[in-house]
Amino acid sequence: MKTKIRHLLAAAALMLPLAAHAAEEGPALDKAEIDIQDTESLQRGAQVFLNYCLSCHSASMMRYNRLMDIGLSEQQIKDNLLPDGAKIGDQMTVSMTKKDAKLWLDNTPPDLSLTARSRGADWLYTYLRSFYRDPSRPTGWNNLVFDKVAMPHVLWELQGDQVLKTTKDAEGHEVKKLELVKAGTMTKLENGKANTLDYDKRIKDLTNYLVFMGEPAQVTRRQIGYAVLMFLGLLLLPLTYFLKKEYWKDIH
Amino acid sequence: MNNKGQTILDWIDERFPLTSTMKAHITEYYAPRNFNFWYFFGSLAMLVLVIQIVTGIFLTMNYKPDGTLNGAGLPVAFASVEYIMRDVAGGWIIRYMHSTGASMFFVVVYLHMFRGLIYGSYKQPRELIWVFGSLIFLCLMAEAFMGYLLPWGQMSFWGAQVIVNLFGSIPVIGPDLSVWIRGDFVVSDATLNRFFALHVIAVPLVLLALVVAHLVALHEVGSNNPDGVEIKKHKDPATGIPLDGIPFHPYYTVKDILGVAVFLVVFSAIVFFMPEMGGFFLEHPNFDPADPLKTPPHIAPVWYFTPFYAILRAIPSFLGTQVWGVLGMGAAVVLIALLPWLDKSPVKSIRYRGPKFKIMLTLFIISFIGLGTLGALPPTASRTLISQIFSVLYFAFFLGMPFYTKNDVGRTPVPERVTDTNGRRQLVFLVLVAVTVIGATLFAKLV
Amino acid sequence: MNENQVDTGRRRFLTVATSAVGGVAVAGVATPFLMSFFPSERAKAAGAPVEVDISKIEPGQKINVEWRGKPVWLLNRTPEQVKNLSKNDDRLVDPKSEVDQQPKYCQNETRSIKPNLLVAVGICTHLGCSPTFRPDLAPADLGPQWLGGFYCPCHGSKFDLAARVFQGVPAPKNLEIPPHKYLSDTRVLIGEDK
Repeated sequence: MKTKIRHLLAAAALMLPLAAHAAEEGPALDKAEIDIQDTESLQRGAQVFLNYCLSCHSASMMRYNRLMDIGLSEQQIKDNLLPDGAKIGDQMTVSMTKKDAKLWLDNTPPDLSLTARSRGADWLYTYLRSFYRDPSRPTGWNNLVFDKVAMPHVLWELQGDQVLKTTKDAEGHEVKKLELVKAGTMTKLENGKANTLDYDKRIKDLTNYLVFMGEPAQVTRRQIGYAVLMFLGLLLLPLTYFLKKEYWKDIH
Repeated sequence: MNNKGQTILDWIDERFPLTSTMKAHITEYYAPRNFNFWYFFGSLAMLVLVIQIVTGIFLTMNYKPDGTLNGAGLPVAFASVEYIMRDVAGGWIIRYMHSTGASMFFVVVYLHMFRGLIYGSYKQPRELIWVFGSLIFLCLMAEAFMGYLLPWGQMSFWGAQVIVNLFGSIPVIGPDLSVWIRGDFVVSDATLNRFFALHVIAVPLVLLALVVAHLVALHEVGSNNPDGVEIKKHKDPATGIPLDGIPFHPYYTVKDILGVAVFLVVFSAIVFFMPEMGGFFLEHPNFDPADPLKTPPHIAPVWYFTPFYAILRAIPSFLGTQVWGVLGMGAAVVLIALLPWLDKSPVKSIRYRGPKFKIMLTLFIISFIGLGTLGALPPTASRTLISQIFSVLYFAFFLGMPFYTKNDVGRTPVPERVTDTNGRRQLVFLVLVAVTVIGATLFAKLV
Repeated sequence: MNENQVDTGRRRFLTVATSAVGGVAVAGVATPFLMSFFPSERAKAAGAPVEVDISKIEPGQKINVEWRGKPVWLLNRTPEQVKNLSKNDDRLVDPKSEVDQQPKYCQNETRSIKPNLLVAVGICTHLGCSPTFRPDLAPADLGPQWLGGFYCPCHGSKFDLAARVFQGVPAPKNLEIPPHKYLSDTRVLIGEDK
């Protein structure tokens, strides 16, 4: 009887996420392979984040000392990642005030602490690789995933320049594709063939880090979860089952 | 023992009805011996209530109901939730338990209400239990709605904005009523603070009082059972104990503890491995802080409100007012409370009901789940049409009941004593559940 | 009801075992709630050690810094003031700092690491007011024997320039010396001595 209840509830619980996908709209997103346990990837991602993103974006709900969770020592954080004047326990705030942001960028760059949870890893991974040259925009850049985005392509030196190519497919539908026309320090362009593997990998690292930053407790969460489910499923549940069966012998 | 041979228990019993209460309500309170799977959900609802209160208390220790912006430009309330998630030791567990508990409360309560529906537990003499239960359901919806504003994310803010604006559609007094509820011209810090007070103290107190009333009313008449048999009709002449009754303790204490263990497995699996539940328990837009100047592309209520939201959206405006949708949504909830008086069948349990009731109930279930699925999706012309059809079926279940339950003959004779549960019936039921779940999923993809 | 023999032994075992495991479960559930009471990361960051630049403190000058919400004094005593400390000994409650109000490395005459710089928590050990700085010699209100020190205006407690409490005043103990260390000749870290 109780196994049937478990199966029922587990089946119901598993089905719900499938239904959620019915509501998705927008451009197709590339799959970001997230591995929260890959501390080296997370550290590379943290490096990119602190060097390129923190000058405009805050991550004000994340503390520098939390980076110890991805295998860095306090000293390593102080030496390589901590900005001048910041203390190890401080939050990752940005020095640019909202007034300056409005003046320089006509928009306030959003806080990135939770972006991985609101947009999702796939969105971030695709977005950071989908900037293209667009002279009609004030920054000179546009983004296939976020049309008319106010953010310039901060990583253009690494990726190089992409342009938008619009074609029509067999059914007459418009197909938009991005093409690399100038290589950056992490991409190669040989005989018109683009090799973006290194850049893609670095963006995967950055996305990985943003996912970690969105919920630093997630690795611990799953570890405790295994212990809890083991305890409940292998100890408490069998005991309560046999206790019930024993007393109910009176009735049956 | 003192010099009168009196124990501590005797001392207490002279001054407080401890032993007599325990006997009357636990050790010598007789419940039908044929309770099945559907009878777990009452005690589980009590468990979830306790979980929500305890986790809620600890969240209140660190949460700040403040809609103003902090030094980093984020609303204080929003940042305080992340403070709990990151800076408070063990805070993330407490938060996830509370968010999972909120959704599990509705899972458990919907299944608990469904039990009442299929076994006729609302019928005489149990009408008052059902009315108290309906009031609990209403309070639960208010509690969940107000609680959802507190994280002050995009969905919190805009969901509240939409729902409070509903009151604005009431003719004449509507707009002023909305301002009075909000304490401001838009959902703001004033609204947040009052919803916090109501969510943390006022509604929980009312809920606790209603739960006590619900249980007192239950114990006055005793539980129904899957066969719909009144066990008090056949008592042992020597002891006065119902022949089909067994003492609640130890039999149902031990069985409910098993139910709790199973529940905790499911609950823990969600809390530790899928607290967001694909965006159904923790909605993705709510990880963006509330922005009164930016409406999210798709505002949807949390999953447990979607059936009623679908009914609201399905009803068009007449005579220049949208209030009909609001009234329809309200009626959909109020009709539940009227079941004891709509149902004219002499038979309680679905096991002995006729085909008309079974067909109408099946249509009701399909409609409820269908409406729920549609309520979560952005509206289109075809979706609205299907919602309207489902809404008609939903209302037909209740409003047609006085007619189709009058002469609906099922299996006879209706037993006087409880029967033993049927294993094959359980299998059929599980197959039906699987079909329903798969069907709802496919429906959501296709519609 | 079943007429067969009830196996009470088995029942008792299962009840006890289930209760014991249930107890463990309750303890497990209680853990995050009890842990949430401990200082959060925010509290720990706010309570973090404070670095102070002492290079600009003139002899005879006192500066104040805040550590864990409390005022901490850094006083650069003149050689004269250091010499005068022993003259107070027979009028003090605890001249040798035997009561545990300072780290081991400050259990000396000057109650400091270097003889000149006093680092003390500026909270009176009577009822918590912050005493005033009185380096002046033999003022009218403090008497001819006053060689400089701290006077608490709330209830009249008096401390010398090593923050040691005088006899005959309400305060029972010397002022607290917080853990601290020298990062260099010009920088002191208050709140940490490892």
